[in-house]
Amino acid sequence: MTSVASALQLRRDNGTGSLIGYLPAGFPTLDESVDAAVAIAENGVNVIELGLPYSDPVMDGPVIQQATQKALANGFRLKHGFDAVRAITAQVDVPVLLMTYWNPVVQYGVDRFADDLAAAGGAGLITPDLIPDEAEPWLNASERTGLDRVFLAAPSSTRARLQQAVDSSRGFVYAVSTMGITGARTDVDSAAKSLVARLREVGAQNACVGLGISTADQVREVLEYADGAIVGSALVKALATGGIDSVASVARELSRGTRAPN
Amino acid sequence: MALRDETGPYFGEFGGRFVPESLIAALDELSEAWELAKLDPAFSAELTELHKTYTGRPSLITEVPRFAAHGGGARMILKREDLNHTGSHKINNVLGQALLTKRIGKTRVIAETGAGQHGVATATAAALFGLDCVIYMGEVDTERQALNVARMRLLGAEVVAVKTGSRTLKDAINDAMRDWVTNVDSTNYIFGTVAGPHPFPAMVRDLQKIIGEEAREQVLALTGKLPDAVAACVGGGSNAIGIFHAFLDDADVALYGFEAAGEGAETLRHAATITKGRPGVLHGARSYLLQDEDGQTIESHSISAGLDYPGVGPEHAWLADLGRATYRPVTDAAAMSALRLLSRTEGIIPAIESAHALAGALELGKELGKDATILINLSGRGDKDMETAGRYFDLIDSGAEQS
Repeated sequence: MTSVASALQLRRDNGTGSLIGYLPAGFPTLDESVDAAVAIAENGVNVIELGLPYSDPVMDGPVIQQATQKALANGFRLKHGFDAVRAITAQVDVPVLLMTYWNPVVQYGVDRFADDLAAAGGAGLITPDLIPDEAEPWLNASERTGLDRVFLAAPSSTRARLQQAVDSSRGFVYAVSTMGITGARTDVDSAAKSLVARLREVGAQNACVGLGISTADQVREVLEYADGAIVGSALVKALATGGIDSVASVARELSRGTRAPN
Repeated sequence: MALRDETGPYFGEFGGRFVPESLIAALDELSEAWELAKLDPAFSAELTELHKTYTGRPSLITEVPRFAAHGGGARMILKREDLNHTGSHKINNVLGQALLTKRIGKTRVIAETGAGQHGVATATAAALFGLDCVIYMGEVDTERQALNVARMRLLGAEVVAVKTGSRTLKDAINDAMRDWVTNVDSTNYIFGTVAGPHPFPAMVRDLQKIIGEEAREQVLALTGKLPDAVAACVGGGSNAIGIFHAFLDDADVALYGFEAAGEGAETLRHAATITKGRPGVLHGARSYLLQDEDGQTIESHSISAGLDYPGVGPEHAWLADLGRATYRPVTDAAAMSALRLLSRTEGIIPAIESAHALAGALELGKELGKDATILINLSGRGDKDMETAGRYFDLIDSGAEQS
């Protein structure tokens, strides 16, 4: 079992789900992004999703766009992403998945990217603009290196496509909670619950829900049916406005949603 | 297989669908609707009627000897897409996609635009068919194409000035895709060029290929033979593929795409994607693009908003790799010079985009000699560019040139 699947399993064995936290590498600086990731891991985040800044992030809303644009303007390079993974995993025992748009991986070289990520101690990749149909080089490279590969499933996906997402993914399947892009929302769409149920029907062991989750109550609600709740913009916003202490405290607050209320 | 028969999703190693899973259902729906529409005589009849009674097709060809005298004396013939309703070739594509929008039962359309030509065409079709319409346009482009912004608003469209990234066409596409992911149930994305995920490159090509089909017949009727070369400007590449397509399997007809070289293809400020870029993934397809070592898109530069794009359609990438079409860079200065030359020798003011094809054809004429015939796609008219041209040639201030 890979480190991500083990982490999800461990939580499930304890009768609860996982909190997955997204932060962009290189924001506000590379060192601070490492410190922020370590801080959320120490405050209840079970799996880290570390975003690689990209010039054209079509799945991201304004909060994450602004953060990643700033990272790029500050001189972020892909190799810094591996440095960050190495520094985070050296400090905390939490699996780190990279979230990256596909072109940077292609330009780095898919095999070279997989090798360097594995060497840095990374757990795998979440690929928001890569569907399994186009993913053969990555399926091969992840098979060879044992890295996790997280593909997305959407409320609009057909049963055949959900099946393909489940069969192609390792670690977990990323269930997109709503039709849209990243960013906090008042309500987590009911579409998420039925999507996870449909994923279970086609054999999903681990299904985690992302997009729009920003409160402990939403985390709790999602974990009633999913294995993990993914939070991004709420953490990035806290980091942008209040620094490491603020992002740590938001993570701690969100993690209350992973425990039964008492 | 004939080159003309390629239907995607792949053109050689290019094309495909590199998009979020959330969009796949909508792309599948569009693909299926388009495949059915292509075979449906009622759809063809409706589109043909619109071409004839609304757009003004077939568009003319015009021979331009006074202009051609400056290009080695080769015979030069313009395909007059500038005479279409809304002033460019963009209307050909938009009417087809608007009809398709009705067929799939959606009530809202979105589009990206650079120069504003595709935005104006989409706003026009939305008005004609009673669809809600939102146009995404980079903030930089809303400033340099203010007249087209006013046109779109007058037609009833909402124009969103995109303030992210380089604030040009590439970022307008990003925001349009974000809108589409969010509103896909009600919304169809009327994509303006032969880039993007499948089915857009093949579908937009199919809707633009009427340019070359008409021109091939018209040139044959005028000269008794096929042209020696066909020239078009290339941003995303829709007008170029539109005029190339009918000639793809005519091995004796050379095809030339002219990319925007901005301040020079050897400088950092250009949009010469095939000349200077390398393969990668942008906006849903694998093709050539301008990018740094890490795969971050590099901002393009061109005096022409419509060519100011760091990507190019996958079919062009394929034709370039096959050697079937040749792609060359044309600088801002050469394009503006050709714009003025056509205006003064023939009384036709071209769009700055199309002026890149004219400048390329002048060089081509010198190479091919006076026995050659060159067909040039005059993809749009220059009215929208008067402010840029006025500034460039100092025509507006008190010191205005009177020659």
